[in-house]
Amino acid sequence: MTGTSPKPGNLDTFPKLLAENARLRGDKPASREKDYGIWQTWTWAEVADEIRALACGLAALGVRRGDKVAICGDNRPHLYWSITAAQVLGAVPVPVYQDSVPEEMQYIYEHAEAKYAVVENQEQVDKLLEIKDRAPVLQHIIYKFPRGMRHYDQPFLSLLDDVQKRGRAFDAENPDFYDNAVGESGGSDIAIMLYTSGTTGRPKGVMLSFDNLIITGRNGAIRENLTEDEDMLAYLPMAWIGDNIFSVAQSYVTGFCVSCPESSDTVLEDLREIGPTYFFAPPRIYESLLTTVMIRIEDAARIKQFMFHYFMDVAGRVGMDILDGKPISLTDRALYWLGNILVYAPLKNVLGLSKVRTSYTAGEAIGPDIFTFYRSMGLNLKQMYASTEASVFITVHPDGEVRPDTSGTPAIDVEVRIEDDGEVMFRSPGVFQAYYKNDEETKATKTDDGWVHTGDAGYLDHDNHLHIIDRSKDVGKLNDGTLFAPKFIENKLKFFPHIKEAVAFGHERDYVAAFINIDLESVGNWAERRNLAYMGYTDLAGQETVYELILDCVAKVNRDLAADEKLGGSQIHRFLILHKELDADDGELTRTRKVRRKHVSEKYAELIQALYSDDDHCAIEAEVTFEDGRTDTITADLKICEAPLAAAVAKAAAE
Amino acid sequence: MPATRNIGDVLLDVDGISISFGGVKALSDVSFDVREHEILAIIGPNGAGKSSMLNCINGFYHPQEGTITFKGKPRHQMQTHEAALQGIARTFQNIALFKGMSTLDNIMTGRNLKMKKNLFWQMLYFGPALKEELEHRAVVEEIIDFLEIEAIRKTPVGKLPYGLQKRVELGRALAAEPDLLLLDEPMAGMNIEEKQDMCRFILDVNDEFGTTIVLIEHDMSVVMDISDRVVVLDYGKKLAYGTPDEVRANQDVIDAYLGVAHE
Repeated sequence: MTGTSPKPGNLDTFPKLLAENARLRGDKPASREKDYGIWQTWTWAEVADEIRALACGLAALGVRRGDKVAICGDNRPHLYWSITAAQVLGAVPVPVYQDSVPEEMQYIYEHAEAKYAVVENQEQVDKLLEIKDRAPVLQHIIYKFPRGMRHYDQPFLSLLDDVQKRGRAFDAENPDFYDNAVGESGGSDIAIMLYTSGTTGRPKGVMLSFDNLIITGRNGAIRENLTEDEDMLAYLPMAWIGDNIFSVAQSYVTGFCVSCPESSDTVLEDLREIGPTYFFAPPRIYESLLTTVMIRIEDAARIKQFMFHYFMDVAGRVGMDILDGKPISLTDRALYWLGNILVYAPLKNVLGLSKVRTSYTAGEAIGPDIFTFYRSMGLNLKQMYASTEASVFITVHPDGEVRPDTSGTPAIDVEVRIEDDGEVMFRSPGVFQAYYKNDEETKATKTDDGWVHTGDAGYLDHDNHLHIIDRSKDVGKLNDGTLFAPKFIENKLKFFPHIKEAVAFGHERDYVAAFINIDLESVGNWAERRNLAYMGYTDLAGQETVYELILDCVAKVNRDLAADEKLGGSQIHRFLILHKELDADDGELTRTRKVRRKHVSEKYAELIQALYSDDDHCAIEAEVTFEDGRTDTITADLKICEAPLAAAVAKAAAE
Repeated sequence: MPATRNIGDVLLDVDGISISFGGVKALSDVSFDVREHEILAIIGPNGAGKSSMLNCINGFYHPQEGTITFKGKPRHQMQTHEAALQGIARTFQNIALFKGMSTLDNIMTGRNLKMKKNLFWQMLYFGPALKEELEHRAVVEEIIDFLEIEAIRKTPVGKLPYGLQKRVELGRALAAEPDLLLLDEPMAGMNIEEKQDMCRFILDVNDEFGTTIVLIEHDMSVVMDISDRVVVLDYGKKLAYGTPDEVRANQDVIDAYLGVAHE
């Protein structure tokens, strides 16, 4: 299946693969972007030409081997090309999360010593101008969209089109320059530097080589039988390792086309228009899609509601088995066939998932209900366990062996072992080279023989499937010695559509308590159906009936926990609903939307104290940061609610 | 930034305008001028005559006294569509969009006066009419791109939140490629972030297309930040007229806005 793919060996860098793709499939589409309402397409030959012009332009500007080039913006073909163009020159691209606030950017620019930046638009340029005085290493900024920048006359600003124009002239004068530059790099050179979002402390710059990305990308493509005919939508941040593997490495290795959405708001519509065959989304996207479907079904006519629920029941019963190729009865097969015509296929079509052959989810645990919902209607959804340090793939669900409670089996060429203390370790061709300017951390994470500490606690079962329990350092004990795995509890809470985020506390405490963020869309809709008036998140979160709704969810989690042998003692005793949504701008979440536990517990220390007292309410004043960086405080008086405990029936039930 | 823009000659000259409805004198003897490429704000308390002023400028009201000169031509008893033909477009205080139509179609209506083919050709939707439609669609798409409303291109306008409807209305006014754009409270009822977005768009329109803008606004900080000159109205009379700094320092304005201590 990889017969048409470029062979390893001398094709060991992206610029070399690009030339090979332009030669093999020059007139096949390589990049698409929706602009002015129409999908614009660039073939591999055109892309190669654009990148050549850009690389020469960068060289003319002074970019040299080893320089760092920061890349920042939404997913745009030109920004992807900039990555490759920098690699041509032996410079190291450093993608930066586009929604970072200036302070976060400043840290990365300073730490990476980025001399050049290629950014999308005025928004990003403004942020850089703000930090430029403080980060003097930054020499030149290149931007793609000039809008609103007519009066920016700083000499260190250039329009990307002008850089390309200059590059074409440079190329004409130095016709051998480009090919020589491409030939100078090899597979062991650093291809890219990605800053981990950092649930703890400062972001770390993970250096990955061409070999890391290309070999891992190719192994992943082999496992999923990817061909040059795949379609995929690149909509996740370019600074995230997954996007660099799925939309860059695997596209270069197999030659498939990558489409960029029109804007970050139009992703769902673009998804429908592109109809990807290969798709990745973090759990929250699948969750919000499902929430939308459920809300719309509630508004649908009776007959449609009946049809939907009836056939989803059928799918729930047999869909997973059909997808896994297990035998089922003829009646069920016929019913599923009918259901596919009436419900599943139209629904998948509306969601833009009709053509998907393989879709992944990773990053966080996905709710078993959500996972089975998609799989039962025929979407080949798989979980994987991934990390930046591994160039994504550690474990993946193999076809036919997909189980919602595991993260799958080790990917091709990946070795996984479990330490005595339960920590998951791996070794693979994708293992990162080092953290930039941070030998201490590198040594702490990567052993001399190439094994990497993941920091996650987990175990391999007898089918060689990996189960992840929690971050090792987060697993704690209650005062009475009961095991306490916060993420495990939080995930159980988050599987309810009404709960968006949860933070559990309990380490070295007498009992478990939790903060809860309601899901504004889902609870808001629920409130509207009951004619409950509310003004925004804070008001809704404080309502008595909403507390009752959440109390129900917490009680169910407690019943669930009670059935678990080890964790039965860590039921939630008290909880409160936070008056604001946890937000990355306030430092409470990482840019990939993971809770920064330490920061939250420091910021809301008084709330935690109240959870472990007898108070039934607690006043709080909290700072919120708006998108433009200004801050404001909001005050609220939060109710604290006692949750009913389920009898620890684990042993009794087991008899 | 505004310092580097080149403000041109007088585009619109309002001279001694008075209008009354029955016994109510909405405007009395108001004069000011608007120069090419500038942003001029009209401010004043409720009932000061701001909207009446805009209505006079775009020919909806006919002032009983005084003259309005646009592009050097004095006007007499002009109809609103003539104002539109001359290059004046506006948005309304209470959004006046076609609620059941999509964003795209609403903005397309702004191209109406630019369409040359007659109804017959347009119904055939073939040959030259199709070509013309495509040209207009391209312009509309540029506006959609400019205002960053791609995500709602096909959404019926009635379903959109208020802030976005305001943006669509601005889009429709822009579709007419006006020389003079009249904005009636473009930021009323918006939250801070929406206001900032709208300011950005107004400045960008002024900057990119060189459109002259007359706007009515209540939010003083917005007015002072984005306009080149300000006209202050109070009970139909012109109270002050000048740069934001001059207006801010004007004692009459302070009195009108903050109240005067009566002894």
